[in-house]
Amino acid sequence: MGVARYWREIPHRYNLIGKKCGVCGKVYFPPRSICPDCRRKSAGKMEDYKLKGSGTVESFSIIHVPPPEFEGKSPYAVALIKMDEGCYLTGQIVDCDLKDIHIGMRVEACFRRIQEDGKRGAIYYGYKFRKAE
Amino acid sequence: MREVAIIGIGMTQFGELWEKSFRDLVAEAGIKAISDAGIEGEKIDAMYIGGMSTGRFIGQEHVAPLAVEVAGLQDLHIPAVRVEAACASGGVAMHQAYIAVASGMYDFVVVGGAEKMTDVVGGEATNILASAADREWEAFFGATFPGLYALMAKYHMHKYGTTQEQLAMVAVKNHYNGSMNPKAQFKRKITVEDVLKSPMVAEPLHLLDCSPITDGASAVILAPLDKAKEYTDKIVKIKASALACDTLSLHGRKRFDSLPAAVHAGKKAYEMAEIKPEDVDLAEVHDCFTIAEIIAIEDLGFVEKGKGGKATEEGLTSLNGEIPVNTSGGLKSKGHPVGATGIAQINEIVLQLRGEAEQRQIKDAKIGLAHNVGGSGGTAVVHILEVV
Ligand SMILES: [Zn+2]
Repeated sequence: MGVARYWREIPHRYNLIGKKCGVCGKVYFPPRSICPDCRRKSAGKMEDYKLKGSGTVESFSIIHVPPPEFEGKSPYAVALIKMDEGCYLTGQIVDCDLKDIHIGMRVEACFRRIQEDGKRGAIYYGYKFRKAE
Repeated sequence: MREVAIIGIGMTQFGELWEKSFRDLVAEAGIKAISDAGIEGEKIDAMYIGGMSTGRFIGQEHVAPLAVEVAGLQDLHIPAVRVEAACASGGVAMHQAYIAVASGMYDFVVVGGAEKMTDVVGGEATNILASAADREWEAFFGATFPGLYALMAKYHMHKYGTTQEQLAMVAVKNHYNGSMNPKAQFKRKITVEDVLKSPMVAEPLHLLDCSPITDGASAVILAPLDKAKEYTDKIVKIKASALACDTLSLHGRKRFDSLPAAVHAGKKAYEMAEIKPEDVDLAEVHDCFTIAEIIAIEDLGFVEKGKGGKATEEGLTSLNGEIPVNTSGGLKSKGHPVGATGIAQINEIVLQLRGEAEQRQIKDAKIGLAHNVGGSGGTAVVHILEVV
């Protein structure tokens, strides 16, 4: 992966910066340049918006056969998470027994290493989720 | 718009075909379809070819002229287009070709689909398939392609009480059907226990809940209905061709127990064909994973939302059921050479409507439906065919 491809997503992946529609107020993450409800009216009116980082597990899966970049990391949990702002995203759930993960579980974002570009390449960071206290 | 018919079909064996190249597969499927139609090369006006990732599977882009060349049509300089829509590349190629013939722009069109997936090694094929999902916001974080369907499966199980056994029954049925299809990659019958004992890929999906990595190609020949009679007396008409799109990512959608694009394409297709789901005699649906077939039969209106697992268990979709689904063995048993899949589905429907499906023939089949999906539902294509 070219460094710029990773670097340009840093604000979103490190700090959960999404977009808020300046017309209807809906929050989007990953960021969108157009609100699908307001469409043309929202052009140029999508403002940066930092998500609080808390959400609920809507669905999850334990990955046993990982892609090459995640070789040696399986089994790990990937979840579909509904953020409190109303948008959904995909992320891993960590720091808990995989058996304890369930639909409806409250989670909060944490900053973690996601993957690396081979043994000597760049290390990529971003959000993962852990059980909320 | 003119009415459009299918006058020829052809497909290669599906499987791990180490002795065959991408060119060999394209040539074989194309020649079979042209021979089946009994049409001369100089009559062909255009070609459309579906291929998901020839660039990464065989390091070759620009495969439309390659298809023209293997067909020996280079001196006619016919127009050819490669179509990419992940696992729906074949279905979308079919849709584009349908529009071209219906509009009157072209008369005789070859539509093909091909994928050569076993020339890459190790986890490379899995990685290539992950590009059907959202690379930046799903795959980057560790979601695999089976993982996305696993998220839908878990959600469906939680919401409707669908069971692992019901998922497994989709695979059991499709392997049974595939055991009667000489072109299928796996002709081995399996049991629910085999599925549940197979290695876990992405919970709750086991290895035998997943379609395989496959080499293969398939082709069909389209013609205006009024000219079809010159070539065949078993004319199969395209009653509807509908394409719909959605977000690339699963998390960007409004619901996770359905593929909204497939619902939309299905509705449009039923309207265009002026029929209802209950008028369909058989269907080929995109069972890339067992849960995908359960969601598909709900999305297409064969059963109510949430009842797909139970309906499968009760045999509604079996060969002798009310609405036989995936008589070919589906992607699960026939194999899933991604770009070829949408055209292979059309192939099976045509065989059934012509009464040429041998052991797996559905009696008096008049109307068949094909449902082809790209990625986790970003693209969906529905075709409805009728024998006239
Ligand atoms: Zn808005």
